[in-house]
Amino acid sequence: MPTPSLSELRVLAVVPAYNEQASVGRTVRELQESYSDLDIVVVDDGSVDETARAAQRAGALVCQLPYNLGVGGAMRAGYRYALRHGYDVAVQVDADGQHDPTYLKALVDALDSADIAVGARFAGEGDYHARGPRRWAMRLLAFTLSRLAHTQMTDVTSGFRAANRRAIRVFADHYPAEYLGDTVESLVIAIRTGCTVTQVPVSMRIRAGGRASQTPFRASLYLLRAVVALGLALMRKWPTALETLSEDDL
Amino acid sequence: MKANYVLGLIGSLFTLTLLFELLRRRRLREKYAVFWVIVAMATLVIAVFPATLTTAADLVGVEVPANLLFFGASMLLLGVSIHQSYEMGRLEERTRTLAEEIGLLRLEIELNRPSSMSEDPDGHQDPP
Repeated sequence: MPTPSLSELRVLAVVPAYNEQASVGRTVRELQESYSDLDIVVVDDGSVDETARAAQRAGALVCQLPYNLGVGGAMRAGYRYALRHGYDVAVQVDADGQHDPTYLKALVDALDSADIAVGARFAGEGDYHARGPRRWAMRLLAFTLSRLAHTQMTDVTSGFRAANRRAIRVFADHYPAEYLGDTVESLVIAIRTGCTVTQVPVSMRIRAGGRASQTPFRASLYLLRAVVALGLALMRKWPTALETLSEDDL
Repeated sequence: MKANYVLGLIGSLFTLTLLFELLRRRRLREKYAVFWVIVAMATLVIAVFPATLTTAADLVGVEVPANLLFFGASMLLLGVSIHQSYEMGRLEERTRTLAEEIGLLRLEIELNRPSSMSEDPDGHQDPP
């Protein structure tokens, strides 16, 4: 398949946002500056604040979900939009400002050699350190996903990723809504359906609002959920080849 | 034995009447009603002819026939709840798809709407 040069690629940034009125506008503006000719769709995941209005003012397209579906639901809507409007690349960017849009180009470039490019914190850049059960969980996830993907994966829960047409097609059809399903399981699905994955070193910024779960109890719970999510993802039946819906069906 | 007989009879007849009424008012779908009608019928048979239960218990090798009944009933209810969880999951998946589609349709409508009718009262949105 001949790859069109970078300037010809139609790139869509999908920004899932749930009550992010404070940061979504800045994220959209930063995205606009980071990449020329970038279309941005903010998927407002049933926010009760002014997220949709803020995104619209910043100049993004806004897809408003009628109620909260979680990141998985918001992203599947985003990938469907990308598929139906014929985008070559869809990049997922969090609205909370954690993902630095200056890495967007690096992610898109990485699609030359793979179907999915994941922005990973540990691959050389970034300064994120986890300890205890949370670290074990991340190790386990990274190890298993690396084996599956036949490539080094260090940060599989990263929500900063780019997908080409082939991966967009898979994600438009299968994008789990469960906890960790939107990151870990979706990668498993993509690999199972024959997509190749690569990772790009990025450094994450401090989140504007929330914080990662740090107490030992919550970290243990995270480990447990990771094990369950991973086990289910590996056990589940997924289409082995690319037999997803045709564009007319969607 | 007399109390068993009366209770079983009342229970199954009540269930059958309720099902009939719900079906008549179109509050219950046939595919679910069929199952409960079968259950109510079986209860009726056991209530009227307790010998069927005793014979069945003998065949399976259960000493107290009532235990067979309790076992059967609990397995049945377990099966029903699992089936309901399954149905609920399916419905959740469907409502999720519908919600996504509604969001996308709203976006399409917004895209196709003339810019003068744009929803943003502050006029910050750039006309295409």
